[in-house]
Amino acid sequence: MNPGETPFHATPLEQRRQLVQRLVRMLLLCVTLLLLVPVLGILGVLVFEGAPALSWSFLFDKPQRLGAAGGIWPALVGTIWLTATALAVALPLGVAAAIYLSEYARDNRLTRLINLAIVNLAGVPSIVHALFGVGAFVHFLHFGESILAAGCTLAVMTMPVVIVATRESLKAVPKAFREACWNMGATRWQTIWRIVLPNSVSGILTGVILVVCRAVGETAPIMFTGAVFLRLVTPETVFDRTMALSFHLYTVSTQVTDVPRAVPFAVALTLILVVLAMNSIAIWFRMRLRGRKKW
Amino acid sequence: MTPPTVAPSAGARSRSAAQALDRRDRAWWQDLLARAVVGLGGISAVLFIAAIIVFIASQGFEFAWHRLSWSELLTGARWEPTAKPPSYGAWPLIAGTAWITAVAMAVAVPLSFAAAIYVGEFATGRRREWLKIVIETLAAIPSVVWGVVGLQVMNPLIQRLFDTPVGLNVLNAGIILGLMAAPIMTTLAEDALKAVPDAHREAAEALGATRWQTIRKVVLPHARPGLSAAVLLGIGRAFGETIAVLMASGHRLLPPSSVFDSAATITATIAAELGEAAVDSDHYQALFVLGLVLFCITFTINLLADWLVRGGRGRA
Amino acid sequence: MTAPAPATGPANLVTVRGLSVRYGDHVALQGVDLDVREHEIFGIIGPANAGKTSFLRALNRMDEFVPRMRVDGNVTFAGRDVRSVRNLYALRRQIGVVFPLPVGLPLSIYDNVALGPRLAGTTGRAALDEIVERCLRRAALWDEVKDRLDGLGSLLSGGQQQRLTIARALSQDPSLLLLDEFSIAVDPVTTMRIEEVLKELRRELTIVLVTNLVQQARRLADRTAFFLGGRCVECAATDALFGGGARDQRTNDYLEGRFG
Repeated sequence: MNPGETPFHATPLEQRRQLVQRLVRMLLLCVTLLLLVPVLGILGVLVFEGAPALSWSFLFDKPQRLGAAGGIWPALVGTIWLTATALAVALPLGVAAAIYLSEYARDNRLTRLINLAIVNLAGVPSIVHALFGVGAFVHFLHFGESILAAGCTLAVMTMPVVIVATRESLKAVPKAFREACWNMGATRWQTIWRIVLPNSVSGILTGVILVVCRAVGETAPIMFTGAVFLRLVTPETVFDRTMALSFHLYTVSTQVTDVPRAVPFAVALTLILVVLAMNSIAIWFRMRLRGRKKW
Repeated sequence: MTPPTVAPSAGARSRSAAQALDRRDRAWWQDLLARAVVGLGGISAVLFIAAIIVFIASQGFEFAWHRLSWSELLTGARWEPTAKPPSYGAWPLIAGTAWITAVAMAVAVPLSFAAAIYVGEFATGRRREWLKIVIETLAAIPSVVWGVVGLQVMNPLIQRLFDTPVGLNVLNAGIILGLMAAPIMTTLAEDALKAVPDAHREAAEALGATRWQTIRKVVLPHARPGLSAAVLLGIGRAFGETIAVLMASGHRLLPPSSVFDSAATITATIAAELGEAAVDSDHYQALFVLGLVLFCITFTINLLADWLVRGGRGRA
Repeated sequence: MTAPAPATGPANLVTVRGLSVRYGDHVALQGVDLDVREHEIFGIIGPANAGKTSFLRALNRMDEFVPRMRVDGNVTFAGRDVRSVRNLYALRRQIGVVFPLPVGLPLSIYDNVALGPRLAGTTGRAALDEIVERCLRRAALWDEVKDRLDGLGSLLSGGQQQRLTIARALSQDPSLLLLDEFSIAVDPVTTMRIEEVLKELRRELTIVLVTNLVQQARRLADRTAFFLGGRCVECAATDALFGGGARDQRTNDYLEGRFG
């Protein structure tokens, strides 16, 4: 070691390593930022191309010329119906399953089977869910092609999302709270109802929002189970067929001729605004709850 | 110590207390009911999976058993279910699916792994939060919107950049599927990195390794099972995507020979033809057979990924 | 091991015969025979890992909630074998427990204490108010929190949470109170106040006091058992035990602080 050089001075080898480290870090950041390109690009294009066609009358009018003109009101209402139906089925089932897995189930074969089923249910392609919906709900249960059949199909598809989100938030409630409650002579259910559930509302709401996002955006599962190309009246019961925003976007993009370029973009913009609004609520919710400690 | 003074009612109280121990009160029954209800909820997931298998298999069973040649299905070069005589060779669909999935993975693996390493190992604080929000937003874009992007944006772009007659091809669909699969793969890969114990990192850094050396020599090898699972599930995603690929791939029922050829996938074919096939016709049943094949493949992928994740954890 | 004392005088509230507790392959407690008489403070002393907490867990059947925990032997409470009890929750309602780490539930202070009565079906506001005040006073917490009963119980300080836990345990009017090293998170002054309360409570209920403080057992307990390595070494009247009457050399060594 030369005099005057501190023992902490980097050797040339170490300097090179530091350089490599910095380069790698830059490279990784750049690649990660590549993910920004599609997000910003898509949002930009949708706003740029779609916003001029977006107006109150576009939202609240009935479609004309198979959707090439007019508005999207029946599709908007239909999507709300479908989403509500999916939620009504998926939420109770999913929350119940999550409670069972997190609060009651022991580590046995049945529990492992259920977990495996959830993983697989989440990974089944949406078109397979559509086939299932056609076979089970439309034909076997005689729902016909209807909001009910399509909603149930969406529910089966989104149930794993509710389960995972709810289970995570149930797990975040410390075990000591449960034990303290059990020691008071509370039954498992009393403990869940009074202590665990009130503290996992955030997870359940996240589940709700994720279901809404999926249900609003999915096309394949509903196109054979209840969504129709054109139906100018809004649905009145769950046994009606209905237009839906996502399916409408598919048809005006691929099936209808002479559609002005702005129309699909405007529909897509509406769709994505709904989805992103829900998503932002979820993110905002998460951040707000993180800031407020209850224990 | 003074001897305790016994309150007069004490003995009587403990006797009535003993009786209460056997009285099943409302709370007890409530708990039993709740247990049954949530148990049903838990089992419903299993029932749904079983029902999916049963319904899809039963819808296509008659045709698959009596009239379908499985070797033709898997290798036959013509998918012409409406021709006379019909031909059920799914090879073009299988090839198209494989090509598009391969391109998707070529896009998604580097993107998602880089993002996972950066977000999981380097980024901190606000930047990390923002990157996660970007990734979540990407995941939230509905597939039909991706389809529109493929159709209206990527299509002309590819035509211009590569000077090809059609922009709706394997490349277009692959890029789109890759971007669609990237967020979930990033999340899974980040989970895999997170599962590596901090003690390992600290041990390496205590020896003077830089962050990157630690990641390359310690973290990545250790997270390999989880990362493989991420890739597998990404493949499952790309494989099962329907609407976006139907819109962006050009849907040509021939095996592609380059990324600039249009192609069709199994999923897109089901989506495109199910509406036209008469219920219970051979064509209709053939589509359910395709669905069953899809289900079996994704089921295997999911099981394998699950096994990998568990195995990786067991070793840690 | 000493034979259990003959049941003269007050009746036995708890009898334990051949109690063993295992967690998987690990044996935490083995072959314990003990009686707890009504209206006594029964002290249990011993070093860490002696099986004291496992003993308490077996009494109110917490094995139900601990995976891999297995209890063998016979435990009776008020003359009933706790394994044959049909309504386990009723059993736990009669046995109050205070564990060493305080747990303030994420409810208001009021609701923390009112939880037990509410679970048992008490709903009247006036009755609840009375119980909450009485229990908080007893746990020496009332004066500190009477102005903020709607604050979160889980945000109190450690010592306050411990006293809240005691108040909660008292709120269900148990006939048996199990205390597991309650003074760990509490300052000495409060500890003394709670000890006074315990002495008074003896009129109304029976207390099993597990403590790592030998002197605390000496101050409070009528009888004391010494646990070591998962076995009950001996059990005798506290005065006799501390007065040099311990029959086992290990007990004397522990009492004199030669190990612990």
